[in-house]
Amino acid sequence: MKKILDVKNLNVSFNTYGGEVKAVRGVNFDLHKGETLAIVGESGSGKSVTTKALMGLLPKPHGYVKEGEILFEDKDIAKLSEKELQKIRGKDLSMIFQDPMTSLNPTMKVGTQIMEGLIKHQKMSKTQAKERALELLKLVKIPNAEERIKQYPHQFSGGMRQRVVVAIALACNPKVLIADEPTTALDVTIQAQILDLMKDIQKKTDSSIIFITHDLGVVANVADRVAVMYAGKIVEIGTVDEIFYNPKHPYTWGLLGSMPTLDSDDSELYAIPGTPPDLLNPPKGDAFAPRNQFAMDIDFEEQPPMFKVSDTHYAATWLLDERAPKIDPPESVQKRIDSMASNDGKGDM
Amino acid sequence: MADDNKKNLDHLFVLTEDNQQSNEKINRPVTTFLQDAFRSLRRNVAAMISLVVLIIIIVMAAFGGQMNEYDSTTQNLSWAKMPPKVQGLENIGWLGLDGTDSETIEASTVEAAKERGLARFKNDEEHITFDVKSEGDGTEDSAKVVATHDVYASKDMEDTYFWFGTDGLGRDLWTRTWEGTRISLFIAFLAAAIDLVIGVAYGGISGYYGGRADNVMQRIIEIITGIPNLVVLILMIIIMGSGIVSISLALAITGWTGMARIVRGEVLKLKNQEFVLASRTLGAPNGRIISRHLIPNVASLIIINTMFTIPSAIFFEAFLSFIGLGLQPPTASLGTLIDDGFKSLTTYPHMLIFPAILISVIMIAFNLLGDGLRDAFDPKMRK
Amino acid sequence: MARYILQRLGYMIITLFIIATVSFFLMKLMPGSPLGAAQEKLSESQLEIVLDKYGLNDPIPVQYYTYMKNLVQGDLGVSFQFDNREVTGILLDRFGPSLQLGLQALILGSVIGILFGLIAAVYHNGVIDFTSTIIAVLGTSIPSFVFAGLLQYYIGVKLEWLPVATWDGFEYSILPTIALAIFPLATSARFMRTEMVEVLGSDFITTARAKGVGKFGVVFKHGLRNALIPLITIMGPMAVSLLTGTLVIEKIFGVPGIGDQFVNSITQNDYPIIMGTTLFFAFFFILVILIIDILYGIVDPRIRLTGGDK
Repeated sequence: MKKILDVKNLNVSFNTYGGEVKAVRGVNFDLHKGETLAIVGESGSGKSVTTKALMGLLPKPHGYVKEGEILFEDKDIAKLSEKELQKIRGKDLSMIFQDPMTSLNPTMKVGTQIMEGLIKHQKMSKTQAKERALELLKLVKIPNAEERIKQYPHQFSGGMRQRVVVAIALACNPKVLIADEPTTALDVTIQAQILDLMKDIQKKTDSSIIFITHDLGVVANVADRVAVMYAGKIVEIGTVDEIFYNPKHPYTWGLLGSMPTLDSDDSELYAIPGTPPDLLNPPKGDAFAPRNQFAMDIDFEEQPPMFKVSDTHYAATWLLDERAPKIDPPESVQKRIDSMASNDGKGDM
Repeated sequence: MADDNKKNLDHLFVLTEDNQQSNEKINRPVTTFLQDAFRSLRRNVAAMISLVVLIIIIVMAAFGGQMNEYDSTTQNLSWAKMPPKVQGLENIGWLGLDGTDSETIEASTVEAAKERGLARFKNDEEHITFDVKSEGDGTEDSAKVVATHDVYASKDMEDTYFWFGTDGLGRDLWTRTWEGTRISLFIAFLAAAIDLVIGVAYGGISGYYGGRADNVMQRIIEIITGIPNLVVLILMIIIMGSGIVSISLALAITGWTGMARIVRGEVLKLKNQEFVLASRTLGAPNGRIISRHLIPNVASLIIINTMFTIPSAIFFEAFLSFIGLGLQPPTASLGTLIDDGFKSLTTYPHMLIFPAILISVIMIAFNLLGDGLRDAFDPKMRK
Repeated sequence: MARYILQRLGYMIITLFIIATVSFFLMKLMPGSPLGAAQEKLSESQLEIVLDKYGLNDPIPVQYYTYMKNLVQGDLGVSFQFDNREVTGILLDRFGPSLQLGLQALILGSVIGILFGLIAAVYHNGVIDFTSTIIAVLGTSIPSFVFAGLLQYYIGVKLEWLPVATWDGFEYSILPTIALAIFPLATSARFMRTEMVEVLGSDFITTARAKGVGKFGVVFKHGLRNALIPLITIMGPMAVSLLTGTLVIEKIFGVPGIGDQFVNSITQNDYPIIMGTTLFFAFFFILVILIIDILYGIVDPRIRLTGGDK
């Protein structure tokens, strides 16, 4: 598979009154054509900031890429000018935002908002753009597209608005689609519809998707690979199966344990104690150590490197070091993993 | 090197005991809302400067009038319209505090210009100096002469100093300006106080009792705000006559609705919050809930609103004087002084300058302080 | 929408009725004779004739009825000082200069103010932002008459660039227009800046940027309209300030408008003109507020279709 995006040692900082906040601290990942990569983490883990950096949408001048490269088709996005970025945004890279209630311009007709990118990037005439907009509205399954195209966002329900947002993002057939928690603000039933829609569209257009979420349940549904972020770093990355059935990082264990499943009545939901660290003064060792029930003394001294588990699976925890005691996931989490594995087996085969 | 590290760190690969407790500690000192607000107010340079300026002005309004030997009402027509003169500053020409009147005169020749200069200053040749700016060539207005008249010398009063000059009736403007400031501030504070009492009571009752009472009270406010303030203000003054109290009353009557609306809105929001419900379930009487729970929480809004009422009252007082509805002489306010100043603006600008600067500074300072308070107490209100 | 306008018109009529009634009875309470200073020139019998002629000897309810009846027909009575001229006529004669001045000031002030606020918001925390903040504070704080005095003295008297007073062509209107425009300029600059900063920080602006829309498009196509809509809400206070402003500015610059007439009639105790002008002001003001509210409904699509609620 062709590598379409390659992020190398990305560091993003924000200058605030309190000092420099290191929101993203050395993130590495890549994205292949037609693949969906999910980035999972709590709020404040740096996942949204990472995607903002990918789009060149960091709030200047406070937010900036401090170090590292974002290679898209051999161009480093982090070093492009605003003008060059404008040519890429919406055309090659596009984005779906979290809250459909606020991410559409309330005083502009929905059709115009979809057509804007088409006219800009594909040099379409107004009529051509309108035709394409209609097509897109149908693609995202909005009924009565001919009428809807003339309406304003407030005349749409939340789910419908998110479909419009998806249509805007898809307008120019982007190579990479970044979805920043696209279903978080929606009702559960609508969430499923939007997820199905995205999967469907990906099949049709063969675009790559970066899917940001804090909800592991959503991840299992849509992603090929998963990156788990904590305190501005990727702590574990691997295929969906590897992350779900063979997690190595205690934080991933915690996430899995805290995910409700259909048959969760026999096991308690697990909560990760404490709160994420203050990125104004990141701790010296492993940022997760204070919340880690399996923390070792080394965790408070040294940041763990990425340990290789398999060709596709890496995790940053000292537990994988040969000198560490052998620790298994807590019983409740292990049970959860087992039950998911058996469920999946029944479902898929 | 990697090997070295490995050896050194080997002993660290043991599970840390009792790890989970460490993250429960709170590492920042707790600050209350008030402390927080005052801290951010103190950091607001413009607001702090304004506060200092206002304090100085208030002190001057109280005592400034007694700083020289003149009082504000004694008339002496022979001293009329004398320009300002300040000890020590009289030699700095551009300040205009040297006790002279000057005028630029244009005529066809220098002689003609000088002639007119003499006429302008009552032919008091002895104390007029001419500064020829342009010789002229006989064509119209080609010669330019600045005539300067040393007023204090011409009256044989070289050792007298009127810091802000005198007005048309020979009264000392320094004294009158500060006494005027005192009266203007008094009217503004009084109006703001009445405003506050009516507005808070009305808004509080309307918001707290809600339902039917609120409905009726809101309709009344709607109708009152539909009537332009200006109209009410002018009618009130015409009826009640213009005195300090009647002006304050008229200002309060037009001003309280804003306060009432703000208080009502906030009370309406607060009264359904848990701490109020909790207090009510414990059987607290209405009076106690209002005084202990609602008022303290609305207080910051009230203070901020009052901060903006005061400058607007000062403005309207001056405005009333200006359209002929102000205080009656010999009482002075900033408004009446400015009104007087306008009458001889082109010839004796000093009569306007000082009260005009003062009223502007007061208004700016109050507005900046109000902005600062608003930002400190309620960042959401920043619109 | 139609229902909303009707409802607002209803409110407007009630308010006007109340103002008219209150002002009528206040006029009756007024100290001294309704004839004011003119009374002194008349003998006892002449006075009787005059009072009869104007219906001033009728019982109060009858006078009230006549007054209201005339009012509905647009008749505001006659001036006792001004050769018995009809107040309505005087006001109409004087309306032109006031309207011209007000419109010029409103356009000048709001256009420059909006531009200032816009630039300040786009170059947030820059030099222009700082300058426009200072202008906004000065403009909203310094009373218009002080500003008018400064203009008159420095531009008119010292520099002699523009005429200081009276009304004789466009150049005579420049200084009063500037003096009157300062408040709308400052308020709109200040309001526009906060509003635009907020709009530029909102999610849909990020959406637009993510689409690849350039800076110009973001500011003008997406930002401006959303920031301009709430600006309409401060048009009311601005209209009031123009009204207050005309009184002093017209007096200072000797503009023969309604404001100048009003101030004169106060000094002359010409009650019919005071009352007439007051009613006229009230009517005008309420009408402006109504128009602004309707305008708001038209430009904001969210209000247009959900009906009256703000």
